[in-house]
Amino acid sequence: MWEELSGAIMRWLHVLVGIMWIGLLYYFNFVNVEAAKQANAAGEGAAISKYVMPRALLFFRWAAVATWIFGAGLLSSIPGPSGLNGFVAAFGLQGNMAPIGIGAWLGTIMLFNVWGIIWPNQQKILGFKPATDEEKAKSRRIAFLASRFNTMLSIPMLWFMVTGPHQSIYH
Amino acid sequence: MKNPLDSLWGTVISGVVLTVIFFYVAQWLVARTSAGG
Repeated sequence: MWEELSGAIMRWLHVLVGIMWIGLLYYFNFVNVEAAKQANAAGEGAAISKYVMPRALLFFRWAAVATWIFGAGLLSSIPGPSGLNGFVAAFGLQGNMAPIGIGAWLGTIMLFNVWGIIWPNQQKILGFKPATDEEKAKSRRIAFLASRFNTMLSIPMLWFMVTGPHQSIYH
Repeated sequence: MKNPLDSLWGTVISGVVLTVIFFYVAQWLVARTSAGG
């Protein structure tokens, strides 16, 4: 009973913070990129950089961490094939855990992308770290492409998240 | 060649193509690692 309940709580929290993470990722890509471009052209983009982006990025990057942690907890609560722990079996792409494992690897790459590429470059763009105009322009391009790359990866990642329990499609 | 990630449609289509590729990879992995027990 306790194991099932803790697994259900992990799944619930994983989905909850995952919606926040991917929701903000889609907000950046589907809404903000074009809105900021138009606002900057109208000379009104400063408010987005000052009031919206820092707050959105705060929830974005920590939701990414929380999503990974609850996902790891959820995988650990599932028994894998050959007596392996679910977490080990998924990341080792073993047996029926291989599909969810591919999703887990994609999510992990996305998490590293957030903390290793997007956030360090956004800190320069938003002025949290000193940078020349040339460095800012370079950071803008890198952060944009990393964000688009994560949007692209989110599509197969979500496929494997939702089809993980539907094993028959993989046989 | 234009970077597909520069457009939203290019990003979405690339993601769908990757999904199809990874689907077959997953099928292959399940068959390979399940066969050996």
